[in-house]
Amino acid sequence: MNQQELQALRAMIATHKRWDYMFGVLGILALMLALMTFVALFADMAVNGLGRINVDFLTSFPSRRAANAGILSAWVGSVLVMLVTACAAVPLGVAAGVYLEEYAPKNWVTDIIEINVTNLAGVPSIIYGLLALGLFVYTFGLGQSILTAGLTLALLILPIVIVATREAIRAIPQIIREGAYACGATTWQVVSDHIVPYSSAGILTGVIIGMARAIGETAPIITVGALTFIAFLPTAPFAGDPPAGLFDWLFAPFTVMPIQMFNWTSRPEAAFLNNAAAAGLILVLMTLTMNGLAIWLRYRLRKNIKW
Amino acid sequence: MNPITEHNSRETLSPLKAEAKKLNFYYGNFQALKNINMPIYEKKVTSLIGPSGCGKSTYLRCFNRMHDLYPGNRYEGAIEFHPDRTDLLSKKVDPIEVRMRISMVFQKPNPFPKSIYENVAYGLRVRGESARSVIDDKVEAALRSAALWGEVKDRLKELGANLSGGQQQRLCIARALATDPELLLFDEPTSALDPIATASIEELITELKERVTILIVTHNMQQAARISDFTAYMYIGEMVEFGVTDQIFIKPKRKETEDYITGRFG
Repeated sequence: MNQQELQALRAMIATHKRWDYMFGVLGILALMLALMTFVALFADMAVNGLGRINVDFLTSFPSRRAANAGILSAWVGSVLVMLVTACAAVPLGVAAGVYLEEYAPKNWVTDIIEINVTNLAGVPSIIYGLLALGLFVYTFGLGQSILTAGLTLALLILPIVIVATREAIRAIPQIIREGAYACGATTWQVVSDHIVPYSSAGILTGVIIGMARAIGETAPIITVGALTFIAFLPTAPFAGDPPAGLFDWLFAPFTVMPIQMFNWTSRPEAAFLNNAAAAGLILVLMTLTMNGLAIWLRYRLRKNIKW
Repeated sequence: MNPITEHNSRETLSPLKAEAKKLNFYYGNFQALKNINMPIYEKKVTSLIGPSGCGKSTYLRCFNRMHDLYPGNRYEGAIEFHPDRTDLLSKKVDPIEVRMRISMVFQKPNPFPKSIYENVAYGLRVRGESARSVIDDKVEAALRSAALWGEVKDRLKELGANLSGGQQQRLCIARALATDPELLLFDEPTSALDPIATASIEELITELKERVTILIVTHNMQQAARISDFTAYMYIGEMVEFGVTDQIFIKPKRKETEDYITGRFG
């Protein structure tokens, strides 16, 4: 290669590398746009709401006076609804995912079920609210209760849990399955001894991401009839009118964090907007904590899984 | 050509453990094994050799009904398992029963992401064994048989995946041995290992044939010559030649076998 050719080659490489550089800049811009939007929103909420966050705000019921109002009933409601959601969505979603991956015959019925499960994730949440209103509230008579709301949100995140379960299961090498079957295991033994334990990290991540979505849902909860102003807590186990049971709270009326926020933002007084910002801040922190927990748990569980 | 009569002298020395009879196997419409007839003698090592895609692994996986795990696979003919003459391929025989009697070691070491102890104990757990002392004893015995006990006895609680490749494969052999199988299948067990680990596995196989019948797939002809008593050469789904290893390697009867063995082909 003579000097001239070498220079032409170098010029060509430089031209090609310019595109590398340009895409890098473009990527950073796109990333910043998404990140800065969130940071700006968060900062705005923090400026407006931080002054309102104190112990009283967390331990007070809503009030007509903005300065006395708190989110006690809202965060307790959110936590209890999430508890019901997790208890319903995890066993159902994991069982469905395991069935589809390990048991279902590969035929057109399974294909149709698979397509439908994937599509369910795209159904607007208000539709789930309407379904729940008809099914849980009126047909089953569960009332406008924590149980109804929890089950509704469980339906909403069920596709997320199923898809996460299936993906986690698919990541298990086939040779591990064959090794277990070669020991004489039945499908159930393979599932309970190997498939579920080895995919638990992925499943858990999916569950928590689903829950983080559910905790911010408003529309389906309003549809099933959550209250916007509630000045009492659900009855503690065995504390209600006799015959009091362990699960009386399931049938209690309730509100959740996003509804409390929505209620405050629609008030004319500016002080309530600060309350809404404070509640929003706490809601975002709850979501971030859940996502952080998901990342940490995944790291912990994956440490012991090596193929 | 009936292999049974052909090896009659051998048969008197060692009884039959299994016999493939007119075995055909289909992946959907594709016929992967064509009319295989072959004896497997008790407490001997039998090697299956042949070029890639000749069906040797497919044949091996018929013995523990691995093909039943996937849809569209179909067997024809029989593999008679002695002394009870159960047909391993019969629809009436549960594949789980077959896998309880016949263990398998895979090409790539596939320890479960569990402790060394739990890996070896798994076959026993599947059989419902829960007595700690029984499992302890069998785990130790299996690890000793797999020549691994000395290396792992102080770290039984560690993950199996933390062992080296050769140790992992010996762990898988221990897992297969823990349940006292009647037949042990090896699917190219050393193809993922370095020469030193390979030598230790080969030595182990030679020791194991004192107590268990062994069927091994290998693409390494020298390995077949070193460790096996009988060798079968397969080509495109057919059993070209089966015989005593020395005869196959020194005086093959078929031209195709000779071409493959001498490296003119394959």
